[in-house]
Amino acid sequence: MGDSSRSAHPPNDSPAYGSSRLRAPQQPLHVLAGRLSELTAPLLAGETIGPLDHDLTRQHDGEPLGERITVSGRVLDEEGNPVAGALVEVWQANAAGRYAHRSDQHPAPLDPNFSGAGRCLTDAEGGYRFITIKPGAYPWRNHPNAWRPAHVHFSVFSPAFAQRLVTQMYFPGDPLFAQDPIFNSVPDESARQRLVARWSLELTQPEWSLGYAWDIVVAGREATPLDDDASE
Amino acid sequence: MRLPLTPSQTVGPFFRIGLSTTIGSHVVGEGTPGAIRISGQVLDGAGEPVPDALIETWQAEGAGRCATDEEGHFAIVTSKPARNAIDGAATDAPHLDVSVFARGLLTRLVTRMYFPDEHAANDADPVLRALSSAERSTLVAVSESGGLRFDIHLQGARETVFFDR
Repeated sequence: MGDSSRSAHPPNDSPAYGSSRLRAPQQPLHVLAGRLSELTAPLLAGETIGPLDHDLTRQHDGEPLGERITVSGRVLDEEGNPVAGALVEVWQANAAGRYAHRSDQHPAPLDPNFSGAGRCLTDAEGGYRFITIKPGAYPWRNHPNAWRPAHVHFSVFSPAFAQRLVTQMYFPGDPLFAQDPIFNSVPDESARQRLVARWSLELTQPEWSLGYAWDIVVAGREATPLDDDASE
Repeated sequence: MRLPLTPSQTVGPFFRIGLSTTIGSHVVGEGTPGAIRISGQVLDGAGEPVPDALIETWQAEGAGRCATDEEGHFAIVTSKPARNAIDGAATDAPHLDVSVFARGLLTRLVTRMYFPDEHAANDADPVLRALSSAERSTLVAVSESGGLRFDIHLQGARETVFFDR
């Protein structure tokens, strides 16, 4: 419990985020004392990943509207080891801030050339790379005049149960951070900044697209027993 | 030196765009000997179904994934894991490790589903033994026609036991 890296995760009990109120468990979590770390399951998805599944700009006849970007980085564990062969899935709004989902009622245009989903497997160095367009901000009803900062949803699925992570990647300098209860649910400022990608000259392709670098750190695979066996 | 973790964020309401098909709801095929259909409902603190949750199961044999429908129902077809095949803890009864994601949950919830026909193993299981009988009952599936039922209560008097991730 005293492990500061674990406290990087936001508490589910975050009342400023309205949707949490009837969904966040009210009882304290029970301790499994390191039992989770070693659990592994085979990942069978490799054969279903297409060679262009990482490129969200080439899934339709035409190109999507918006600012073309590359998002790339590595998936590492806490010890700095690359997490190879992890399934990384992303989904996002289009450039106008609209998801291609029937429940999204934001009156912004859909883009017939953008579905907003991509996936890839990390390489031997833990590397991943997506080509997409920068998503737009969009309004939601959490509080009066609430707007989500632009973000890309990320899911990391490695064979180790303890490493499972779903998160969101944000863009540097977004003026909407200060009023967003999801971004600010992460209590620690330096931890929040780890959700923000870095603009990268190296990933920026001349006269073609902007580049953003974002590394993802998941739990280690080795059992890391909690402080001691004390319950609660 | 340990690298600091990337914080979790909610899966949000639109995860079906990105998470729908890569990992499916069948860990084993329907006709496989020993295949078990595990179904359940995810409910919020008002007792209302949660129509935008994602359930994932883990065991040595593979992972399953199912989004809840409009009534909060999910179903995953799998097999009972071989005892101790996953974590080597000799005293743990067969179980599935379960993750719950949903709009409104900033960090995934982790729980376990145990099997109702494993009375002796469940009685000896150190995780179950540490719980009250009411808590324990939230982790043991119920037999019903066609398989097992495992409801997940996010809040309330029957709140499911969740574990530190």
